[in-house]
Amino acid sequence: MAETKKKVHFIIERQDGPNSQPYTEEFEVDYRPALNVVASLMEIQKNPVTKDGKKTTAVVWECNCLEKVCGACMMVINGKAQQACAALIDHLEQPIRLTAARTFPVVRDLMIDRSVMFESLKKIHGWVDVDGTWEVHNDAPRQNPKTATIAYEISRCMTCGCCMDACPNVNQSSEFIGPAPMAQAHLFNLHPIGEYQKEERLDALMEKGGLASCGNSQNCVQACPKEIKLTEYIAKLNRDTNKQALRNLFNK
Amino acid sequence: MKKKIIVVGGGLSGLMATLKICEAGGEVELFSYCPVKRSHSLCAQGGMNACMDTKGENDSVHEHFDDTVYGGDFLADQTAIKGMCEAAPKLIKMFDRMGVTFTRTPEGLLDLRNFGGQKNKRTLFSGSTTGQQLLYALDEQVRAWEVKGAVKKYEFWEFIKIIKNKENVCRGIVAQDMNSMEVRAFRADTVILATGGPGMVFGRCTASTICNGSAVSAVYQQGALIGNPEFIQIHPTAIPGSDKNRLMSEACRGEGGRVWVYKDGKPWYFLEEMYPAYGNLVPRDVASRAIYDVCVNQKLGINGENKVYLDLSHIPADYLERKLGGILEIYTEFVGDDPRKVPMQIYPSVHYSMGGIWVDAKHNTNIPGLMASGECDYQYHGANRLGANSLLSAAYSGTVSGPEAMRWAKEGEKGSELTDEELAKAAKECRDEYEAILKMSGSENAHELHHELGDLMNQYVTIERVNKDLDYCFDEVKKILKRWDNIGIVDKAGWANQEGMFARQLRNMILYALVVTKAARMRDESRGAHYKREFPTRDDERFMKITIAEYDQATEEPKISYDDFDHSLVKPRPRNYAVAKKE
Ligand SMILES: Cc1cc2nc3c(=O)[nH]c(=O)nc-3n(C[C@H](O)[C@H](O)[C@H](O)COP(=O)(O)OP(=O)(O)OC[C@H]3O[C@@H](n4cnc5c(N)ncnc54)[C@H](O)[C@@H]3O)c2cc1C
Ligand code: SF4
Ligand code: SF4
Ligand code: FES
Repeated sequence: MAETKKKVHFIIERQDGPNSQPYTEEFEVDYRPALNVVASLMEIQKNPVTKDGKKTTAVVWECNCLEKVCGACMMVINGKAQQACAALIDHLEQPIRLTAARTFPVVRDLMIDRSVMFESLKKIHGWVDVDGTWEVHNDAPRQNPKTATIAYEISRCMTCGCCMDACPNVNQSSEFIGPAPMAQAHLFNLHPIGEYQKEERLDALMEKGGLASCGNSQNCVQACPKEIKLTEYIAKLNRDTNKQALRNLFNK
Repeated sequence: MKKKIIVVGGGLSGLMATLKICEAGGEVELFSYCPVKRSHSLCAQGGMNACMDTKGENDSVHEHFDDTVYGGDFLADQTAIKGMCEAAPKLIKMFDRMGVTFTRTPEGLLDLRNFGGQKNKRTLFSGSTTGQQLLYALDEQVRAWEVKGAVKKYEFWEFIKIIKNKENVCRGIVAQDMNSMEVRAFRADTVILATGGPGMVFGRCTASTICNGSAVSAVYQQGALIGNPEFIQIHPTAIPGSDKNRLMSEACRGEGGRVWVYKDGKPWYFLEEMYPAYGNLVPRDVASRAIYDVCVNQKLGINGENKVYLDLSHIPADYLERKLGGILEIYTEFVGDDPRKVPMQIYPSVHYSMGGIWVDAKHNTNIPGLMASGECDYQYHGANRLGANSLLSAAYSGTVSGPEAMRWAKEGEKGSELTDEELAKAAKECRDEYEAILKMSGSENAHELHHELGDLMNQYVTIERVNKDLDYCFDEVKKILKRWDNIGIVDKAGWANQEGMFARQLRNMILYALVVTKAARMRDESRGAHYKREFPTRDDERFMKITIAEYDQATEEPKISYDDFDHSLVKPRPRNYAVAKKE
């Protein structure tokens, strides 16, 4: 086949609404160098016709930044949860299968509802308690640049949910808050002011659906597109909560 | 009763305003296309400017102020800039207390880097994801207020328009749930728009897909004035993509990157030849114009396409890794080539809008009760924005608009509250409009039409502007507006219907494209990002004035006028980056 006529073949799992039955549709998109999955979906938007020439609706999905930094476009591509904007066609085997990350409720087609992840950030007290945004005529505490580097690594978490989808223990019927929010708890514990609320965070993680639900299967760390060392931080939290449990015991 | 403020937009500016309102005892209803944590502000890589003077360079707030005024080619409100530069170090300390993971020095202090248009190290950064880290800090603080009940988020809701009472004061908005498609009207004491830039009007740009300027266009059609819309910053080095132009930081050239194309079969380092003194490190607008000239006028782009090489392959790989690691990964990730081995292919791209909704010193628009802050306002950058100054202006403007919204809510002449009937009427209008869109059965595809709009705007209203081309472009955009009526909507679903919403956004984008084009046509001079070969110099006598665009209902076109602004602090002087800046 001539270079210019090369096509990319997609099999896309569609679903009209949260309670509808999924079905598949196949599409073909003209190949070009550096094409990624989001750019392919955009081509389908311009001409929503299936491989067999049937007119259909454009596929629904979520994206914003197209730079692998906002986290929005996570979906399952050839069986692996990842960011669609950074999934280059050249690196994927065809036909390319797209499905929603069903660890989360499906909104429509490839779009999912990840509000549980944002809710979990409330549970783990995911912020530093500052008195206010006003000036306090004081510098913030200095930080060891090494600790700051670890914090930076974790604070790049874009709430995409790849790790959640990869984790065998996170699903719609389990209470497990999952790897990403746990790592965030550790992030705030690392901050010199955030540390003041460390006990509250650890207590939250000792409740049902917290650390104890992690089976240490290590899937999450392999799935994270930001290469955040999730299991290392989960292990650290485990040690911290063990100490805290002892303290709680003696304080009773 | 608590005052209720509606904030539309949860980027840096909207979140900052939200915090200020909560602290002043108000309640916020916060609207956003996406979870606010995914707002476009997180795309910013480079950093945020503030005079910290921790590098032994005797940096001063005055120097920051002067660099900003000079960089903006003397078209920005000087008192406003002064306030911003004075507040900058305080804002950084606030972010630091909130836990932003700024990059630190070995001593544990906040590190600073160099950035364009300023001699001193003044740019604070957090690795290569500064915007993400700043946005997250505010997102976290807002979440704390959400837990306390002071903030109610409406995420995955689209702002459609404002509602005015019979005294013509803005007292609410209409918005639509992007999943259930419910159209609902909301009451407020004050409304703040913090909806970011209009990059999508140009189709492909460095911004996020949600930066469509639709909200700005909507309030413009309801009477809000637009200031300086013609000033659009073009970044010289982006990776052109069919989906998006991804920014390649200026740091590449800073570290020795060379720009070239083939000419007569040999590499031609045209920037080095055209500008021997500065070579590859000429300022953004100059570099963009040169690349444009080589590709469009001389047709020497790579394979005849609009692309030139940005070459780092001559630099040792370990040096590149240390200095540019994170940035080069973006290229490898999205293009699939390794810039350590092969030259990158880049082209200038629409990046930022200096212009936006006209506001006064306190961020009030001309419509009482409606405020604007962040990239959607026009206030701080004049004819050209300095790198790392817009995270600052976004955050700072929120610290102004938030408290002012509360003041207005308490003391403003707000007139009557919206009645239930008025609310219902406003919602019904928008609902009917939306239903009408869903029924459209013409032959045009909205996305295809958007693509054409982007092509036109990119070709005629970016780097070099020619009056007869602008006239042509204006007419063509008007044709696109006409063709919008002939759109066909395939998706009739009453759930998560992106096609219907996009068609509505597109119409707003087209009307805003007319504003940018017309304003560019009328300004017969060259200033900052606005360049006309026919009028190659700055003309302070005629044009040291801000452009004001007002919507004309009858023609659907903007009426352009000019207005004075505050330049009481420093006198204008020629802007020339070939020599060191003089005061
Ligand atoms: C690639 C890139 C790199 C950059 N790097 C830097 C840098 O290093 N330093 C710097 O200072 N600046 C940089 N900038 C510029 C800077 O990032 C932006 O100007 C700034 O973040 C804008 O913030 P904002 O709060 O005004 O808007 P945004 O962050 O764009 O937020 C807009 C908000 O409004 C919402 N919204 C918009 N329309 C609607 C609607 N109709 N209904 C509901 N919600 C709506 C969105 O959901 C979003 O929450 C960069 C820009 C780009 C594109
Ligand atoms: S280690 Fe395994 S069980 Fe624990 S969070 Fe990661 S994937 Fe889930
Ligand atoms: S930890 Fe990694 S995979 Fe999990 S949500 Fe954050 S960025 Fe995504
Ligand atoms: S669109 Fe933001 S991560 Fe893909």
